[in-house]
Amino acid sequence: MILFRKIRYFDTKAESLAEGELLVEDGRIADFGASLGRPDGAEVIEAEGAVLCPGLVDIRASLGEPGFEVRETIASAALGAAAGGITTLAVLPDSAPAIDDPALVRLISARGAETGTLTLLPYAAATHGCAGVELAEYGLLKAAGAIALSDGGKVIASARLMRRALAYASGFGMRIVQHPEDAELAAGGAATEGPRATWMGLPGIPAAAEAICIARDIRLAELTGGAVHFAHVTTAEACVLIARAKDRGLAVTCDTAPPYFDLNETAIGDYRTYAKLSPPLRAEADRQAVLAALADGTIDAIASDHQPRDADDKRLPFADAAPGGAGLATLLGVTLAQVQSGGLSLVQALALLTCRPAAWAGCEAGRIARGAPADLCLFHPERSWRVSAGQLPGKAQNTPFDGRALEGVVLGTWKAGRRVFG
Amino acid sequence: MTEFRHLLGIEGLDPPAVTALLDLAESYVLLNRSGKTQRDLLRGRTLINLFFEDSTRTRTSFELAGKRLGADVINMSVSTSSVTKGETLLDTAATLNAMNCDLLVVRHNRSGAPALLAQKVDAAVINAGDGTHEHPTQALLDALTIRRRKGRISGLTVAICGDIAHSRVARSNILLLTMLGNFVRVVGPPTLMPAGIEAPGVEVYHDMALGLAGADIVMALRLQKERMTGGMIPSTREFFNFYGLDRAKLGFAKPDALVMHPGPMNRGVEIDSDVADDPLRSVIREQVEMGVAVRMAVLDRLGRRKF
Repeated sequence: MILFRKIRYFDTKAESLAEGELLVEDGRIADFGASLGRPDGAEVIEAEGAVLCPGLVDIRASLGEPGFEVRETIASAALGAAAGGITTLAVLPDSAPAIDDPALVRLISARGAETGTLTLLPYAAATHGCAGVELAEYGLLKAAGAIALSDGGKVIASARLMRRALAYASGFGMRIVQHPEDAELAAGGAATEGPRATWMGLPGIPAAAEAICIARDIRLAELTGGAVHFAHVTTAEACVLIARAKDRGLAVTCDTAPPYFDLNETAIGDYRTYAKLSPPLRAEADRQAVLAALADGTIDAIASDHQPRDADDKRLPFADAAPGGAGLATLLGVTLAQVQSGGLSLVQALALLTCRPAAWAGCEAGRIARGAPADLCLFHPERSWRVSAGQLPGKAQNTPFDGRALEGVVLGTWKAGRRVFG
Repeated sequence: MTEFRHLLGIEGLDPPAVTALLDLAESYVLLNRSGKTQRDLLRGRTLINLFFEDSTRTRTSFELAGKRLGADVINMSVSTSSVTKGETLLDTAATLNAMNCDLLVVRHNRSGAPALLAQKVDAAVINAGDGTHEHPTQALLDALTIRRRKGRISGLTVAICGDIAHSRVARSNILLLTMLGNFVRVVGPPTLMPAGIEAPGVEVYHDMALGLAGADIVMALRLQKERMTGGMIPSTREFFNFYGLDRAKLGFAKPDALVMHPGPMNRGVEIDSDVADDPLRSVIREQVEMGVAVRMAVLDRLGRRKF
C-alpha cells in the first residue's frame, strides 16, 4: 500500500489538477481525493509541489530489439522509459524481422512483460516485411494483440495499396498508422528544402511532401470508411488538413513528437547529425503551428518518436547519417518546457502524454481512476536538469536535445504499484 | 580579421581575411611567373591530398602548390565504394592522424564531410569541394582572376549560369562575391535553381537575356552528366539553346565582359567553344594559373602555423 500525500494529482476524467492524496493498493489505484486519512501499513510518500500523473503512454517508438541490439535492447529501453516516467510504450513494427506475424506480436508483448517495468503495446506491420507490397494478416495480428497497423518509418507509398489497407483494416476496426511523407518527393532528401538546406548543400525534402500524402490519405479514408492516423505531423499545412477532416467527422487522428514543437531546422547547423530526423526538422513557422495544433486539440497525442541510433549511425557526413533521435528520457521534460514558456497549459500537456494516447490505444492504463493500474509518474515541474548525450539512461544516446536545460524532474515512476525509478 | 585554422568554406571568412589571402596569392603569381620557388617555406611538412571523388585538376593544382612551397605531398584517392564497405570517414581520419599529417586537402561527394574530418584530425583541413556545399579555393581563384582583370573586386555584376542547384562553385562564389560588395545574378532553368538562393545581392533569372544584361563577368557552370539524364532538363540540346553561353548570349553582357568556367568544360552544352577559346573574352586558362597561386597562399597561411 502506498499513500501519496501533499501532491497535486492529474484527474484524467475531468482533465484538471487537484490537490490531495492518492492511495495505491494491490497494484491498482484504490482511491484518491482531498483527504484519505491514514490507512494502516501504507508507505507514505509526501512530495510538496510535485505532480502525480498516470505513467506516460507513448504511442510511437522504435526499439533496437529485435535486430539492432547494438543500438538498444528492450531492457535498456525500459531503463530510459522508467527514467522518463513512461510505463506504456507502443512499439513500431519495422524491426528485423518486421513484426508481421502473430507470434512476433506476442513476442513483443511478452518481452515487455519480462521487463516488469514497461508495458509494450505492439504495432503490427501493415504490409509483409513492412515492404509496402502485400497486406499482412490484420485479423490474426489483431487477435494476437496488435493495437494498430503501420509500416513504421516507411510510408505506405502506393495509393492503391493504402486504399486496400484502409478498407481491409476497417473490417477489423483497426487503424492504419501512416508515416506521412510522399516517397518520391522525399527520396534522397536529408533536410527540409529551403535556404538552410541549400546553403548547407544538403538534398532537400519539400515540406509539402507531408501535406500531399496527408491530403491523399484523408481522401482514401473517406473513400473506404477506414481509420487513418498520421504519425509525427510537422507542418502547418498538415495540421490544417487534419483539423478540416476532423470537422467533417472522418476517422482521422494524429500525433507529433517533441522535436517538432521544440526545435526547428536551425538545429542541424554545423551538420549536427543528432538533429537529423525523419521527417526532417522544419521552419520556425511550422514549429509554431504544431504547437498551436497541440493546444487546440487538432493533435491527439505527443509521442516520443524514439529512434535509437549508435555512434556509427550518426558519425557520418550528414546525408549518410541515419535519421532518428532518442526520445524516451526527454519526452516529459521537453513537453513541460512548453508549459514553462506558455505554449501549453500543464493540464493540456499531461492529457497529451497520458489519457488521450491511452484512449487512442485502447489501453487500461493512462488514467487516474479507482481500479485502474497503479502506473504512475511523480514529477516536480519546477526543478530542472540538463540533457547530456552520453549520460542518458539506457543505451541510446542520440538525443537532438543535447545540452538543453529542461524543467520537470521525474521523482519516481511506479509500474502496477511497484517503484521502478527514483 | 577572422582567424581560421581550417579552410572549410567561404562562410566563416570576413572581407579582410579574403583580401589578405588574395594579396598573398598575388605575390605567388609573380613568383610562379618568375620561375622561382620557395621550397624552404613548408619544408618537412606533409600535405595529403585525400580525394574521395575523382578530380585531376584540383588535385594537381594542390599538388603543384604544395611542391612549390617545399611540402612533402602524398595523393590518396579513395573510391567511395571502398569506404562504404566498412571503413568510415572517421576511421580514415584516425589513420591519417597517426601519420602526423600537417595539411589535409579533402574532396568528398558529401556536403559537410571536411567539417566532420576537421573535428577529428590535428591537421589543418582544406575543403577542396564537398558535395553541393562549398569549394572555397575555386571562389578565391575566381576572385583573384577577376581582380587582376578588372582592377577591383567590388561593385561588379557577375552572372553565374547553368546548374546552380548542384554547384558548390556557385555557392562559394555567391558568398565571396556578395561579401565583397558585388551583385550576383544566378541564371538557369527553375529545375536547376536551389530553393531559397535569393539573398541580399543575389537575384534569380530564368532568361539569359535578362540575367546577362549589363554583366561584367559571365560564369558558366559545368552541367553534370547525371543532371542531363536525371529528368531535370529535357535534353542538352534544349539546355544549350536557352542557357548555353555562346556568342549571341554573351552579347547581352557588357562589351568587355569576361567569360569564366571552373572546368572541366562540356563544350556545346553549357559553353560554346567559340567563346570559351576567345582570348579577348575568355579567362578560363588564367583561372587555372590563379588556382595554383591561390592554393599556395592557402597552404602558406595554414601550413606555417604549428598547432
